[in-house]
Amino acid sequence: MSGDSSSTPAIEVADLRKQYRRVEALAGLSMTVRRGEVFGFLGPNGAGKTTTVKLLLGLARPTAGGGTVLGAPLGDLRARRRIGYLPELFRYQPWLRAREVLALHGELIGLPRARRRAAAAEILELVGLGDRSDDLVGRFSKGMQQRLGLGVALVGDPDLVILDEPTSALDPIGRVDVRGIIRHARDRGAGVFLNSHLLSEVEQVCDRVAIVDHGRVIASGRLDDVLGHSETQARVTGLSAADLGAFEPFGHPTLEGDRLVIRPMADDRVPDLVSLLVSMGVRVHEVRSGRSSLEQRFVELVSRDSPPAGTPSSHPEGGR
Amino acid sequence: MITIAVLTIGEAARRRVLWVLVGLAVVAVALTTWGADRLVALLHEQGQPEIQVKLVISQVLIFIAFQFTFVLAMTAAFLGSPAIASDIESGVAQALLARPLRRSAYLLGRWLGLAAVVVAYAAGSALLALAAVAWVSGYTPPSLVSPVAYLAFQAIVLMTLAILLSTRLSPIAGGAICVVAYGLSWMSGVLGDIGAALGASGVAAIGDVGRVLLPTDGLWRGVVYGLEPGILVGALGGQPVARANPFFAAEPPHPLFVAWAVAWVALILLIAIGQLRRREL
Repeated sequence: MSGDSSSTPAIEVADLRKQYRRVEALAGLSMTVRRGEVFGFLGPNGAGKTTTVKLLLGLARPTAGGGTVLGAPLGDLRARRRIGYLPELFRYQPWLRAREVLALHGELIGLPRARRRAAAAEILELVGLGDRSDDLVGRFSKGMQQRLGLGVALVGDPDLVILDEPTSALDPIGRVDVRGIIRHARDRGAGVFLNSHLLSEVEQVCDRVAIVDHGRVIASGRLDDVLGHSETQARVTGLSAADLGAFEPFGHPTLEGDRLVIRPMADDRVPDLVSLLVSMGVRVHEVRSGRSSLEQRFVELVSRDSPPAGTPSSHPEGGR
Repeated sequence: MITIAVLTIGEAARRRVLWVLVGLAVVAVALTTWGADRLVALLHEQGQPEIQVKLVISQVLIFIAFQFTFVLAMTAAFLGSPAIASDIESGVAQALLARPLRRSAYLLGRWLGLAAVVVAYAAGSALLALAAVAWVSGYTPPSLVSPVAYLAFQAIVLMTLAILLSTRLSPIAGGAICVVAYGLSWMSGVLGDIGAALGASGVAAIGDVGRVLLPTDGLWRGVVYGLEPGILVGALGGQPVARANPFFAAEPPHPLFVAWAVAWVALILLIAIGQLRRREL
């Protein structure tokens, strides 16, 4: 395996398993992350998100299963040269200056000495720390340290950027900045693996998502696929079940109490539907069209998912 | 490995603890010099012959070296015990080891950097003290390099043990175990020498076993031997009772023991690397 081909997926894992004594943190996780896409990895606390990240980076070893990162086996030393990583527990040498932290990571990935200073300055500017490059990291706030961590993950323009809860310490402005940085990395062709439980953030920036629970993927695909199709609900009076056939050209109609629900149904057909209802003498009180939010869908999927044998029945805080 | 070693030296230099130690060492050297100067003046006032003055000063030096070796051992233990453990606890190690950095290179880099700091601290402080005492008393040990080298070697042995413990235990636990191990090694050496002087082979074996398990006490004998004037060794070397004195050495450590001490450090480092490789981060 060369590990250099840009045609290989950024991440490809199959039946990845990780057992911590009696707890099965990963129970056969499979997924593929392409280059040039932002991939959201979602799950409740204790679902196995951080364990997955650690296996991808070689910080922990799988109990069974395996996969590749940038075409090389999990934890491969050479592949790690092209991976940027922001840990969930971001902490950098407090006695170093911000630019020195970036230069250190530049040195570790083999960035030529002549490039390190300019690269550090450029990245610090990008993450909003341009005027703090000479400050000691120990004097940084948590938010600034997270910005620095994001900068560390971008050193050397990596082909894969793994971000574990990248906005946990940031204010709303910082979160907007991070979204811009993530899109920028994607636009230059990098794969971005975004491990997060901030669903609104994922919804805004990710091309594809996987929802993980009890150590396995319970739903994955494009955001549209995971969220499902749009539906239209109309609160009406004067409509009976015998009339439902008239709405079949719009989609599959059902009558749920005083609600006419048609799914799937595209938003742009709402005016036609209202015209038809009015022409049938039906009184229309309210019409709502759209699809469930990621949050609704997430809650629905996770609450439907039952733990496989050998996994804890609850979601312990903190995640593994 | 070199990157991590340089980083470790930089960390020691930027953190206050090293400069506090340097400050304390300077104060200790100043007090030693003042004490030696007063002692020499007193002995001269009493009309003691020059050879007696040198003997007394050599004994004072050995006693001060013993105090310093204890301080150095503590320094080495408490520099080594957080080296890996603190990095893992804080998350600094995870950020580094996600890079193309082997765990062995990370550990050896930490060891090399701390060894450089410990050797520089030991050599700087000891040579300064010896030079100051030589200036006020005129006494220079037979060898300057050998006692300082044994002193630094002793600290490196303890620091290596601390780094091994640091791969699995918290900094406090690792540091405490090192201090206890150092004390036990010294006590087993004293007991072993008393046993040897009294012809009790069973008790004497305690010293041998202790020196094999943790070579600090055996290396301490190298410090003592290097600081003694030849005349003292000649006069007391044959007397069994003198050999039971932990502040006297009739001969330098055997070359085979020194080779074992080097192998011990290498072995402990190999075990530490194995431990770190197996650890899930």
